[in-house]
Amino acid sequence: MKHMTEEELIAYREGVASQRAVIANHLAACEECRAELERIEAVLAALDTLPVPNPGDDYGGHVWRQIAPRLPERPARWWQAWFEPQRLGALVTVAALLVVAFLTGRITKRGPIGNDVANTEQIRERVLVVAVGEHLGRSEMMLVELSNAAPLDPAQEHVNISAEQHRAENLLDENRLYRQTALQEGNAALASVLDELERVLLDVAHSPDQVTPAQLGKIRQKIEAQGILFKVRVVGRELQERQQTTKPAPAANGSKESERNKYDRAECSV
Amino acid sequence: MNRMQPSVENAQTIAESDAVAVERTLAGDRDAFRVLVERHSRNVFRLAYRMTGNRPDAEEVVQEAFLRAYQKLGKFEARANFGTWVYRIAANYAIDRMRQRKKEEARKVEPVIYEEGTENDPVTLVQDAAPTPERLAHNIELRKQMKIALAALSHSERTAFVMRHWEGCAIEEIAAVLKSSSSAAKNAVFRAVQKLRLALQPFVVKGTQVRAMGTES
Repeated sequence: MKHMTEEELIAYREGVASQRAVIANHLAACEECRAELERIEAVLAALDTLPVPNPGDDYGGHVWRQIAPRLPERPARWWQAWFEPQRLGALVTVAALLVVAFLTGRITKRGPIGNDVANTEQIRERVLVVAVGEHLGRSEMMLVELSNAAPLDPAQEHVNISAEQHRAENLLDENRLYRQTALQEGNAALASVLDELERVLLDVAHSPDQVTPAQLGKIRQKIEAQGILFKVRVVGRELQERQQTTKPAPAANGSKESERNKYDRAECSV
Repeated sequence: MNRMQPSVENAQTIAESDAVAVERTLAGDRDAFRVLVERHSRNVFRLAYRMTGNRPDAEEVVQEAFLRAYQKLGKFEARANFGTWVYRIAANYAIDRMRQRKKEEARKVEPVIYEEGTENDPVTLVQDAAPTPERLAHNIELRKQMKIALAALSHSERTAFVMRHWEGCAIEEIAAVLKSSSSAAKNAVFRAVQKLRLALQPFVVKGTQVRAMGTES
């Protein structure tokens, strides 16, 4: 009889198992797995005895009295959020990109109407390929640097990985966006690699910024065990190759050299 | 699991009443927000305490969560659940606080002080009225080890464990807080339980033996 893995039993116990009925049936028949589940439950039951202090009967009132003087007269409406400095910056950037895209469209020579859709698809794919390729390159660089991190002085007890941690935090947001885009585009293989990368980035982002050599060793082991560096390199290379193949063909007969140059410039600015 | 969730009917009534309070707050009635604070503070405190592991940080998280909720109330979707929304804000801020606390603790280590009658009193861990010295000693040790094991989890693992095991949050909610995929959130729950088990199982087994000895004598 094939027994349940620890992961399956924990997922079952925590109510997140995808095949709940299958595990329940197996547990009904397998004494060994039942005993294993009981051992997991004993640890969780011990943790449940950790008390949470009673914050007091009037805790809600206490919180209100603390925060009330700090509240503005009226909460901001949703549209006011667009005028926060960070959002306003993003809004200006998007508007500038739209203007550039519009002008690019105006100066680029138009092909037959039927080609427009295909070109749009091609450009969209190319933008994704280029952006994900660059993201994977940056992720690879960060992971390599983390793998090679060492104390500046051998006598030092901790290694400072705050720079890598900060970069992992930034990469995490991008990674999430690209993973969702890859899923929408139906690219399951790319989404899967990005999902694995996301777990590693999460681990790095949530590590302490000063780690002992032993802790660093564990992070390295995890990176190596999942083979994520290798996968990132392979996918990165594949994307580079696709980038070459999705490059638009030279303009049709009769087009002038200057028009081809314009097209190339338009591609770079997307 | 130690979930304190209201019944379905009760939850619906609370959600409707919350929606009215949100609308009134947005219309300029600041006291309507007080209703929301008073209704949800204790739940948010429980989440914050379990995530941060100490009372001062938990109280700070609660206050900051409600301040942020008030500031962002204009972005709150009317169909959403205010309780879940403020939970998410609190969890995000608790992660920031844990990260900050880790940096501070790297500089100083404070001894644990057991205060009688408080959550730091190890006697509160013993369920029976007359604990033996062996059981008391074991419970003090187990309690210490549990705190160490929870503190050794990464922020994402602790968040995922607290939100799933103790607060009964959906995996999608956890994923939203961790800014990760659902599979990564599930994985964080699994890794947390696995690590806690590895660290605590020897002490739990020892506890069973101590209890058995107590029964025999």
